[in-house]
Amino acid sequence: MKIKGAMMVVEALKRENVDVVFGYPGGAVLPLYDALYDADITHIMPRHEQGGIHAADGYSRATGKAGVCIATSGPGATNLVTGIANAYMDSVPIVALTGQVPANLIGTDAFQEADITGITLPITKHNYLVKETRDIPQILKEAFYVATTGRPGPVLVDIPRDVLAQEADFKYPEKVDLRSYKPTYTGHGGQINRAVRVIKEAKRPVICAGGGVVSSGAQEELIKLAEIGQIPVTNTLMGLGSFPGGHPLFLGMLGMHGTVYANYAVTEADLIIAIGMRFDDRVTGRVDSFAPHAKIIHIDIDPAEIGKNVEVDVPIVGDVRRVLEQMLKKLKKGETEEWVEQIGRWKKEYPLTYSFSQEELKPQHIIQEICKITDGEAIITTDVGQHQMWTAQYFKFKRSRSLISSGGLGTMGYGFPAAIGAQVGCPQEKVFCIAGDGSIQMNSQEIATAVCNKLPIKVAIINNQFLGMVRQWQELFFQRRYSSTCLEGSPDFVKLAEAYGAAGIRVTKPQEVVPALEKAMEINDRPVFIDFQVVPEENVFPMVPPASPINKILGGGTK
Amino acid sequence: MRHVLSVIVENRPGVLTRVAGLFSRRGFNIDSIAVGEIEDKDLSRMTILVEGDEKVIEQVIKQLNKLIDVVKISNLTNESTVNRELVLIKVKAEPSMRAELQQLVETFRAKIVDVSLDSIIVEVTGDEEKIKAFELLLKHFGIQELVRTGKIAMMRGVKFIKMNGEGGKSG
Repeated sequence: MKIKGAMMVVEALKRENVDVVFGYPGGAVLPLYDALYDADITHIMPRHEQGGIHAADGYSRATGKAGVCIATSGPGATNLVTGIANAYMDSVPIVALTGQVPANLIGTDAFQEADITGITLPITKHNYLVKETRDIPQILKEAFYVATTGRPGPVLVDIPRDVLAQEADFKYPEKVDLRSYKPTYTGHGGQINRAVRVIKEAKRPVICAGGGVVSSGAQEELIKLAEIGQIPVTNTLMGLGSFPGGHPLFLGMLGMHGTVYANYAVTEADLIIAIGMRFDDRVTGRVDSFAPHAKIIHIDIDPAEIGKNVEVDVPIVGDVRRVLEQMLKKLKKGETEEWVEQIGRWKKEYPLTYSFSQEELKPQHIIQEICKITDGEAIITTDVGQHQMWTAQYFKFKRSRSLISSGGLGTMGYGFPAAIGAQVGCPQEKVFCIAGDGSIQMNSQEIATAVCNKLPIKVAIINNQFLGMVRQWQELFFQRRYSSTCLEGSPDFVKLAEAYGAAGIRVTKPQEVVPALEKAMEINDRPVFIDFQVVPEENVFPMVPPASPINKILGGGTK
Repeated sequence: MRHVLSVIVENRPGVLTRVAGLFSRRGFNIDSIAVGEIEDKDLSRMTILVEGDEKVIEQVIKQLNKLIDVVKISNLTNESTVNRELVLIKVKAEPSMRAELQQLVETFRAKIVDVSLDSIIVEVTGDEEKIKAFELLLKHFGIQELVRTGKIAMMRGVKFIKMNGEGGKSG
């Protein structure tokens, strides 16, 4: 049966079990929007394509499914670029569909033409320019397969307008077999044995668990590994939630704004078990003094991550969950009492701390109260900066996929649209967006999207009237020369929310925090913005200065 | 150290851009690259000469492997291989010099493929040393123009690059 290309796209989305897409219409995708008009797929329209792709990203991170977004050619497509790069850095499966000018106009600098496959080459796992209508089914099948398997990532499919409009036979492939793409899922038996032997010999082991634990769904296996081996666990930012925040073996986050005891533990360790993490510079600090006494076991599905930044003693390529299952079959109970006690002493000596005040509103206090009122069960999205780090430090995450944050790219403006995607994907969950007064203004137009869709997202704006993290660096490393970091002229966020039809609450004193949160929790038919007017110059500590060894810590004790 | 990689890729538009783009954005240097179809017309083979230590080459190979269009990579650096490059050289050739040039061309098993009043084009194939030596000698006559294909390489003896054999892609 012959159907139009646009209809093929809709059919393919259905076969891939896509029930929500985030998209913004335009000239080149008109045929697709016509097909979507009466399709049984929920279409969420953001107010900017960047909001759309971040929402698809948040949806994917919250649900584990691929996120799908649509944009038109030219500016629509280029507005996706930040979101694509963001998803690429954090390995989020996204299928981005873009319209393109008709095939015969490609290369002529036509109206709203941009070479989006060329532009996104270095920030997609793969991308396609569809030349023929009949190729659409095969390409979309491949796109979803590539995006969601192996190390997940964004895939872009660029479809010229005439290819969407023409008809061809539709036959959706059952499965994909790409001779050039065969991810390894099962760990090498010999390497598994070596890893188990090395763990058995270790006296001071530490697990560093990253985003790979979340994306492979290996939370249970990670807890078992830690408990059987009696191995303390630290998380990267992307890994937070994969190990229960209240667990006695948990060390919190490591790295630049990690806990002192996590960084000490890694520095003194004789074995690092790195699981689904990639030794980012924010994690390792100065790389040649990272874990200087430790052997390293590195488990990752992407062979290119192994040995990229640090030398590894036992490399294991495979799906984290499957590899951990393999290891657990052979792992014996570990005896690390002395080491765990030592870490316990560090925990007592250098706890995460800030000076609480009855008069002034402290950001850390707000995060703690949000954690309390949600019982640590909410989905938390963040923007990027100080509030993000305070969230990572003070919110006790209980489960995977409960922290949604831009880790690799560090995209300001990510948090709120990501919360929209998370709330759309998980309507039963409480979704909080913890934002900064700078970040929220980077995608505040999406308030309209949240209001339209009656999404009861709670947005906590940690409003310190500064681009706080940049200001902190200026204070510490640029003699307090606050060059362009003071956020003068910000709107009244309560009024801004109300202007869109959302609820707005202002909080200026510590005593108002809990009542405001309680009130926000009761609103279920629209987003709520809470403008927390916090002290302006609070700093995120502990802090490892950039390119320093991670046991040289500001505001925490230096060993 | 200079490495020789043989990269089998899907014969599709844009593949060369993907490979070349990867080299530039990851900061790897290509010394030369030669591309052409192979016996299976759906595939092309790129012979890439790349500079770097073992660690760099390991990353180059791993990153190349991540490209969906890359089917197979073989590192031929430490293999016994036949290496060839084809070079066209336009040399000044006054009638008085022709005899001497002719002799040189014969010695190097090169070919004169074009003759004009005061210049000739010489075609030479061979490995790096031979071409270097030949080029050096021709310099005395005056090289007007030179163009080369980039090196191609193939393993000697019974060994060959199996499409589904060991060293295939994973990850």
